[in-house]
Amino acid sequence: MIMSEFWYYRESKEPEAKKFMENKPEPDYDLSYSIGERDFVNTGKASSEIKLALKRLGVDNTILRRVAIAVYEAEINVTAHSRGGNIIANIYDNCVHVVFKDNGPGMKDINQSMEPGFSTADEMIREMGFGAGLGLPNIKKNADVLHIESQEGANTFLELVIFYE
Amino acid sequence: MKLKKLLENIEATVLSQKDNIDSIEIKGGYVSDLLSDVLGNAKKGDVWMTIMKHLNVIAVASHTEVSAIIFAKNIVPEKTIIEKAEENGICLISSSLSTFELAGILFALLNSN
Ligand SMILES: Nc1ncnc2c1ncn2[C@@H]1O[C@H](COP(=O)(O)OP(=O)(O)OP(=O)(O)O)[C@@H](O)[C@H]1O
Ligand SMILES: [Mg+2]
Repeated sequence: MIMSEFWYYRESKEPEAKKFMENKPEPDYDLSYSIGERDFVNTGKASSEIKLALKRLGVDNTILRRVAIAVYEAEINVTAHSRGGNIIANIYDNCVHVVFKDNGPGMKDINQSMEPGFSTADEMIREMGFGAGLGLPNIKKNADVLHIESQEGANTFLELVIFYE
Repeated sequence: MKLKKLLENIEATVLSQKDNIDSIEIKGGYVSDLLSDVLGNAKKGDVWMTIMKHLNVIAVASHTEVSAIIFAKNIVPEKTIIEKAEENGICLISSSLSTFELAGILFALLNSN
């Protein structure tokens, strides 16, 4: 069955993560970025700056690494597979919540996209070193919450949450 | 193990972070040209051996915290990429050997200690 929505909660974080997603409190502050279609030169800025912001908060190095990798994979996907979009990172004292919205064309089947090895990347994307079909699985591996909404012909919405401990 | 020890055993040119080369430690290695594979599997302190030389390798090296990138088969990335690596504290090395040879030498050195 084709689903237009995907939810994942890391089991060990599920209670506090669900509470967070239900309440969505006001962040301490946010950072926002826009991403251009196929702009592989500037993509990577969001993940680097978000990582730096959390580093300043004293967040542990293993968490910084997870945030950087998950955010980088998601920003590359907007660059590579969509017509561009934007990112908002909501910074809290116990977690970071990052939201990616793009201008389509959406995914045919999110569950299929989540499968390791599935990719629709074209020649140009593959030449840049992407297209293994491992980005979304990497995001899931590093995130405590992953939520995706997408369907063919529509915008893709992806949000992730990572707790600092 | 010191990166320096590996460099003594391969034909290599240091492209960036020349001043810090003596202090760089390595714990392992990873060979791949697929960036998401590297993002998912390379460990902090690894040497990443590849023939991929696009700009994105710098962000991948930075996020995975690998100790160095070694480009095989005499591959040298563009000057702007080397500058970006310098800025971000990423050590880039170019070697005439293939990734197969590089990995074999690194594996033997790490396991002889
Ligand atoms: N923002 C998006 N908009 C439309 N389709 C997307 C988007 N993100 C991912 N996809 C689809 O999901 C597939 C799998 O994504 P995933 O990140 O796992 O792999 P990839 O980007 O193809 O390759 P890799 O991430 O390994 O370099 C993509 O090939 C694409 O078809
Ligand atoms: Mg991807």
